[in-house]
Amino acid sequence: MLELIDVAKHYNGAIALAPTRLRVPRGETTVLIGPSGCGKSTLLRIVVGLVAPDSGRVVFDGETLGPANVRRLRARMGYVIQEGGLFPHMTVRANVTLMARQLGWDRARIETRLETLLALVHFPPALLDRYPLELSGGERQRVSLMRALMLDPDLLLLDEPLGALDPMIRYDLQQELKSIFTQLGKTVLLVTHDLAEAAHFAHTVALMRDGAIVQRGPMQQLVRAPADAFVEKFIAAQRMALEPLRERV
Amino acid sequence: MSRRARAIRAAERPEGARRWAIVGAVLALGLVAAAHVPAAADESVRIGSKKFTESVILGEMARLLVQSAGHAVEHRRELGGTRVLWGALLAGEIDVYPEYTGTLLKEILAGERLVDEVALVDALARRELRMTPPLGFNNTYALGVSRALAERLGLRRISDLRAHPDLVLGFGNEFLNRADGWPGLKRRYRLPQRDVRGLDHDLAYRGIASGALDVIDLYTTDAEIGYYDLVALEDDLGFFPAYDAVLLYRADLEHRAPGAVEALKRLAGRIDAPTMARLNARVKLEREPEADVAADFLAGALGIESTIAARGPWERLWRHTREHLVLVAVSLGAAILVAVPLGVWAALRPRAGHLILAAAGVIQTIPSLALFVFMIPLLGIGGPPAAVALFLYSLLPIVRNTHAGLTDIPAPIRESAEALGLPRAAQLRLIELPLAGRSILAGIKTSAVINVGTATLAALIGAGGYGQPILTGIRLDDVGLILQGAVPAAVLALLVQGLFGLAERLVVPRGLRIKALDAR
Repeated sequence: MLELIDVAKHYNGAIALAPTRLRVPRGETTVLIGPSGCGKSTLLRIVVGLVAPDSGRVVFDGETLGPANVRRLRARMGYVIQEGGLFPHMTVRANVTLMARQLGWDRARIETRLETLLALVHFPPALLDRYPLELSGGERQRVSLMRALMLDPDLLLLDEPLGALDPMIRYDLQQELKSIFTQLGKTVLLVTHDLAEAAHFAHTVALMRDGAIVQRGPMQQLVRAPADAFVEKFIAAQRMALEPLRERV
Repeated sequence: MSRRARAIRAAERPEGARRWAIVGAVLALGLVAAAHVPAAADESVRIGSKKFTESVILGEMARLLVQSAGHAVEHRRELGGTRVLWGALLAGEIDVYPEYTGTLLKEILAGERLVDEVALVDALARRELRMTPPLGFNNTYALGVSRALAERLGLRRISDLRAHPDLVLGFGNEFLNRADGWPGLKRRYRLPQRDVRGLDHDLAYRGIASGALDVIDLYTTDAEIGYYDLVALEDDLGFFPAYDAVLLYRADLEHRAPGAVEALKRLAGRIDAPTMARLNARVKLEREPEADVAADFLAGALGIESTIAARGPWERLWRHTREHLVLVAVSLGAAILVAVPLGVWAALRPRAGHLILAAAGVIQTIPSLALFVFMIPLLGIGGPPAAVALFLYSLLPIVRNTHAGLTDIPAPIRESAEALGLPRAAQLRLIELPLAGRSILAGIKTSAVINVGTATLAALIGAGGYGQPILTGIRLDDVGLILQGAVPAAVLALLVQGLFGLAERLVVPRGLRIKALDAR
């Protein structure tokens, strides 16, 4: 579905992304994980075309991404960021349907799609005419997800989609998101720094450090056979935070 | 149609576009209306006058005379100083204005070293200009002191001033700089005074009355000489030339308006100096309208009866309001049409943006009065040059706020629009401009309020507006008249401010005006 071939990016001489290869298989959820500054967001932004790579290429469903086709291909990608990135001057309805209206969808088609999405993400229709500032953080991320799904994209790109939510809402949305991914059978590339979240979503995990993927595979593989000391430490650090609590419970 | 379907259709329209369309339509209407305000008909004879009472009275006389000859005529009063009137006459913006031979010989055409009036007539003819025979009075310059001071220091002649270097001199700005004014006088008499102040000629009389000034320049027909009990010092070295009043006119007037020149020439030799001083006094001291004074004189001296369409105060106010509004609407409208795209460009192309913002900033540093005067050689006098000056003056706040509004949009919102796949133009129209709307509108509001205030200066170059009564009020030392311009200008500024408060409700999307729920 998506393949990165030796994609690299520098910012002012510093490496943001070393030449990287990554295959994202169709219908699977691939999670990019790693400490902040490891290049996982840069990788995602290169895929959606917000950042141009210095070298290498991104192949999406057989086409190499470039200035000529990026806008067309973006219609087949849904992109969700941490704070939602909703347009504050537009209602929920306008935010979600913006691109479809831009592409000239007819009213009935827009309405049908909207109803499907409302049901899918459990968003109350009564809130459709609210503005983003009138919504809670969790509601906003549901809207952001609806907006990303509106055109029924082949690929979903999510950059810390639940990062700004408080833990209870975050837990609920994790459950819902996973069931949405499963229901729709979408190809998903998700960025998080949270190991539990990665374990929850991922068919495949890619652990990154200093602009490079250090290990890639199913979560169990990373846990059982860490490729190097960093992988071991990264996993151990997050498990240690949880285990003392478990003993007390 | 079901409620839901209607709601969807409403949602289909690009958010904010409707509001901008309304604002755009209002603006366009204003521009169209402004364009349709009738300009002065080309066929009418245009009289000009300088911004002092005698010139305005003579201008009124010229107007009534041309009118009596059966021509449409317009008097553009108080256009400015000598340079403005001379330039306007050469450019054909006016056809006639009162001038003085001394000013022509020693100031306007000083470079040609003309020896006599025959040479002067030749020099004028080369410029397609002519002048009437002298009207009968010599309004020369003099230096005046109060009678008390003259007696205390024994001042009778200008030479006597040499012994008193500490006297404070206050001169009209024109006299201060003219070759036949202070610079030449100081050289000829070797005057030692250092404390020389430039000020409006009409204010100089108040200065000497209050004791702030000791010596001022006088026009010998000024009404105030007697009123303030001043002594005119004798020009014992014969420095000041004769300033015989004449009417200067364009040569083509003779066939453009047959009979008009003959009518003007009827004034020749009819006004002597005491008569002129008395006419000046009726306007300046007795507060009679110039038109009445001019008409009385013409009736008495030449037997010309003229009906003066008395302009009521409301009619005057309406005229000034209309002139002011047209100036503001045209200049501000054009500034919006130019500055918003410039601001957008500056935001999209940072390098060009620096240049654009810097250029707009430089224009803003030019004193507004200077900007108006700069326009005269380029565009002449009247409404158009004033509108251009105001337009230039209105650019910066709009450009700057448009630029700031666009560059302040948070990166996640901009990137979301990009990542959605919106074309660049749609991003600008649907996302960035609506979000920058509040800032852009604030810029326009700032420009509008500055514009309303600055437009009062437009009267200085003959564009009328609320500045006209202010200018006349200063000339006549009439606070009431000054307020007739200042108060409506202030009211208009407040009105504009209020209007933009309403416009904000239209332009700024509701989603930006509500309070965040996150605080809960």
